[in-house]
Amino acid sequence: MSMMQNLVQWIDDRYPMTKVWNEHLAQYYAPKNFNFWYFMGSLGMLVLVNQILTGVWLAMSYKPDAELAFGSVEYIMRDVDWGWLIRYMHSTGASAFFIVIYLHMFRGLMYGSYRKPRELLWIIGVIIYLVMMATAFMGYLLPWGQMSYWGAQVIVNLFSAVPVIGPDLGVWIRGDYVISDATLNRFFALHFLLPFLLAALVFVHIVALHKVGSNNPDGVEIKKGPKGNKWSDKAPADGIPFHPYYSVKDIAGVAGFLFLFAAAVFYAPEMGGYFIEHPNFEPANPLKTPEHIAPVWYFTPFYAILRAVPSIAGSAFPGVVAMFASILIMFFLPWLDRSPVKSIRYKGTLYKVILGLFVVDFIVLGYLGVQPTTDLYKLMAQVGTIYYFAFFLLMPIYSKMDKTKPAPERVTQ
Amino acid sequence: MKKLIIAFLMAAAPVLGLASGGGAHLDDADIDLSDQASLQRGAKYFVNYCLSCHSAKYQRYNRMAKDLGLTEEEVKKNLMFTTDKIGDGMDIAMPADQAGEWFGTAPPDLSVIARARGVDWIYTYLRSFYLDDSRPFGVNNIVFPDVGMPHVLWELQGAQKAVHKTEKDSAGNDVEVFDHFEQVTPGSLSPEQYTEVARDLTAFLSYVGEPIQMERQRLGKWVLLFLAVFFVLAYLLKKEYWKDVH
Repeated sequence: MSMMQNLVQWIDDRYPMTKVWNEHLAQYYAPKNFNFWYFMGSLGMLVLVNQILTGVWLAMSYKPDAELAFGSVEYIMRDVDWGWLIRYMHSTGASAFFIVIYLHMFRGLMYGSYRKPRELLWIIGVIIYLVMMATAFMGYLLPWGQMSYWGAQVIVNLFSAVPVIGPDLGVWIRGDYVISDATLNRFFALHFLLPFLLAALVFVHIVALHKVGSNNPDGVEIKKGPKGNKWSDKAPADGIPFHPYYSVKDIAGVAGFLFLFAAAVFYAPEMGGYFIEHPNFEPANPLKTPEHIAPVWYFTPFYAILRAVPSIAGSAFPGVVAMFASILIMFFLPWLDRSPVKSIRYKGTLYKVILGLFVVDFIVLGYLGVQPTTDLYKLMAQVGTIYYFAFFLLMPIYSKMDKTKPAPERVTQ
Repeated sequence: MKKLIIAFLMAAAPVLGLASGGGAHLDDADIDLSDQASLQRGAKYFVNYCLSCHSAKYQRYNRMAKDLGLTEEEVKKNLMFTTDKIGDGMDIAMPADQAGEWFGTAPPDLSVIARARGVDWIYTYLRSFYLDDSRPFGVNNIVFPDVGMPHVLWELQGAQKAVHKTEKDSAGNDVEVFDHFEQVTPGSLSPEQYTEVARDLTAFLSYVGEPIQMERQRLGKWVLLFLAVFFVLAYLLKKEYWKDVH
């Protein structure tokens, strides 16, 4: 045996290195018919790594102090070598993360990737999404600009709207009666911690995925189909080893993604005020409320839902409930879909129209969330909110009514 | 406590109108950041007219020297009045609390003002001061109504008045809307020359807002070129591997 083989053997006797490599990469059989939408999972991991690496390097020069935070960001932009690039990669990465994850979630919706036996996989995914939102929210306070400050003020005030315990809850979150230095300090601590929790959850997500196997655009369970392919007699006939086939394919996906990502980083890091909002170039001023407070784009569909629900007896609590419900309802999706088929390819016109309208609805709500409220916009947001919830709550009915086509036994090319 | 917060917010309410940018039409600044002469002129106007009240404290003098193609000696001699250390930021001596008393609000730091307001806003703002006797300094501004700042460039521009026209609003009531400016007394510069001053200043503030922006765009071309080539290679590699998948 060569030195290398000896070393591998030495490690394998003490740690299942080759076993893990085979089970999760070289002998993990993924359906051979993945399309464009299946790039998003690996891209999500890439962006998470980007956020953690750039974030750690930003933390080396950032100061979580109400007096110094804004200036330290400018210090990073001007005086730290390549600081501007690290900062833009981080700020663009935040938006890229949500773009990729929204596409990843939509892929799940289209191909029924949440259906049995992948319910838990989906639930872990929704938890990842929630932790991501919390991380992004806390990170947005750190530049300590006007929108950082007042956006955080608005969101934390949501918790204060909870009856009875609300005001105390708000103080507990902020560590003060208003957003202040204490809030900035704790948000920084949590913003540093949560991404590692996120990484751990992604690990669990992948363990769950590899237990049940990947879904695919046909919604066919390749593990239930015939066995035997050119790599193994026991592996699913429609599966191919993840490595090297999907590893090389994902590299091409990564290159394509990075092209778009770099275009944003080098040519439009503010993205017209959507990735970095213009008022955030003014230092936080607790005495000066901006004319119009809008959260960053990735939260706006939920913000629109919040504003659409009318207050009861002067309390915004019903809106807060609706906003949280609009996210938590995703947990129940696996049991709401009663269609005999998984994939959109074999679902009927009814389902396709309803899903298409849901996408339109989500985008319209996102648009309304950045706009100041007018009577017309409020009405639109209310209709949008009703549609959003109806999509989920009526799914047991329309998914059964839908005229489906028979799903194939084997994957199609 | 809740009452205190509400009282706080109520006290802040009158300031809100002040902060508003107004819905005025903005002119295209049309700046050219590759024009170093324009940036150098902008720097000259900035240190002479703005830097006594407004700081740009995140902008270091030596960085400006390097980026604007000036020697440190030239900057020290011609552009540095508030410090003798070339590595210092463009700060001012005026204490913020006193400035607040004098102007109603402390003049903001202008390091990233071009990113907060946009270059078109600055360009239009600099050209939109008009005579208004009701204001403490006798001038007002179309894009920043009731601004606390005097027209420091009046010597150059001269004085102009705003001519309004009457229009009907959606309810059919007559409303006064701004139409155009009319020169009242001439300045030392012609209107065309003054427009160039405003453009140079805007260009300089845009540079100060993000000193790296030209370098960023220059570098971006090579990064995108590399990624495009890398994508083609990665795609060909994928095709080669996938030949045996049927």
